Amino acid sequence: MALLIEKLAQYWAYPFVRYALVVGVLVALCASLLGVTLVLKRFSFIGDGLSHVAFGAMSVASVLNLSNDMPLVMGITVLCAILLLGAGQNSKIKGDAAMAMLSVGALAIGYLMMNVFSTSTNLTGDVCTTLFGSTSILTLTQAEVWMCLALSVVVMLLYLFFYHKIFSVTFDESFASATGTKSRVYNMILAVVTAVVIVMAMNLVGSLLISALVIFPAMSAMRLFKSFRAVTLCSAVLSVFCAAAGILTSILAGTPVGATIVTVQIALFVLCSFVGYFRR
Amino acid sequence: MIQMNCQGLALGYSSALVRDLSFTVSAGDYLCILGENGVGKSTLMKTVLGLQIPLEGSVTLSGGVHSNEIGYLPQQTQAQRDFPATVWEVVLSGCQSRCGLRPFYTKAEKELARQSLRRMNMERFSKRCYCELSGGQQQRVLLARALCAARKMLLLDEPVAGLDPAASRELYQVIARLNEKDGMTILMISHDVEAALRYASHILYLGEQVFFGTREDFVRSNPGRGFLEQRGGGNHGSVD
Repeated sequence: MALLIEKLAQYWAYPFVRYALVVGVLVALCASLLGVTLVLKRFSFIGDGLSHVAFGAMSVASVLNLSNDMPLVMGITVLCAILLLGAGQNSKIKGDAAMAMLSVGALAIGYLMMNVFSTSTNLTGDVCTTLFGSTSILTLTQAEVWMCLALSVVVMLLYLFFYHKIFSVTFDESFASATGTKSRVYNMILAVVTAVVIVMAMNLVGSLLISALVIFPAMSAMRLFKSFRAVTLCSAVLSVFCAAAGILTSILAGTPVGATIVTVQIALFVLCSFVGYFRR
Repeated sequence: MIQMNCQGLALGYSSALVRDLSFTVSAGDYLCILGENGVGKSTLMKTVLGLQIPLEGSVTLSGGVHSNEIGYLPQQTQAQRDFPATVWEVVLSGCQSRCGLRPFYTKAEKELARQSLRRMNMERFSKRCYCELSGGQQQRVLLARALCAARKMLLLDEPVAGLDPAASRELYQVIARLNEKDGMTILMISHDVEAALRYASHILYLGEQVFFGTREDFVRSNPGRGFLEQRGGGNHGSVD
């Protein structure tokens, strides 16, 4: 134990470890806040779908040799999010099918682009890191950390400010719109924020595992609590804990960051299910 | 005092389901909207709530009723069945329309939510999880939420769908009390002809022949008689 603490203290001296921890925790926190709403709105898979879109956009950006791929990736992902969440019930292709089509479509095109046009010598490695999260969480620059910090603060403030509106739109959209709440606007805001968080989370766990950040904390919290506020708070706490524990473990044990965080989340979900089952 | 005046409405999406529909609702009325599935009952309701623009005609609200002050009791959705929310959170969300952009509820709004719960006799459940209540209790909670938004008019979309006969009867009594004691105007979509004939003051029947008038006139009218025969007097309770 003492050895572990010593080792941690040693790593703590490196700025990249601190950056990774800060960014990881913030992204996880934002994802978990959105997760509660997305899971309850039956949009659990939007994280998966949008992250594949972001993957596709990233490959296009790398083929175009853009030095800063963030604006392009962010733009395309936000656009798709608006199309998916904003289109609502009246579109010709219904929610889950549209999401599935977009998701695999973007994945395929992204991989094809990388395969045909890539100049990199390590193609498999490139694809693998974008899919499963990379060590790039450990190579963050200070500017990236600041940007992530700013975006997270914005996301959290928006969530706090619109908390009650998010609740009414999530619980009963038809009542909310009937009594004059602008459901469409809030769905749009939700879509945009979701897209932003997902693009931020790409670095952390990669595009295949993002859903975990969105879904697991909310599901675990729902095993334990029965009020919206308690579930929201609990999922935020659980998510922060999992992210911190996962990142520290992966640094100490040399395991992949994304997969480790998700494993911690699975363990916690099982634990919460047990506790929830016995409390009933 | 007339609270709602619908003139020459044509409802539907690309083609009209209902044409040339006119009716008025006065303060204190209990209007039941009857008709088979797919005749445009829900479309009419959406139009009245201002969620859908009529193809032709107009809905005019007057007598101090505004479109976002109509209390609405929608049909329950699948997602609500396992939604983690307390009764209090659900009822309070009925005050949302009063908030505008303000992020939190005021003391007055919380008091209003408490009163609405009390009126539905559901106060002791306020800390319970909404999804753990029985069907009838859930409808009362949603009715309390509608009361937070409503000042003068309530719009109910098949309120007894899926309830057992005892719970349905109880809910009908609650609604009747709101109508008689508190003078709340009630607009209700229903399949339940028996209850409609028992409680409603006016009937709007949508079908091949449209009828609008008092309950007494409806029983004597053509569509009324046909409908009653067809439904065998309508003694099924609620048919969803």
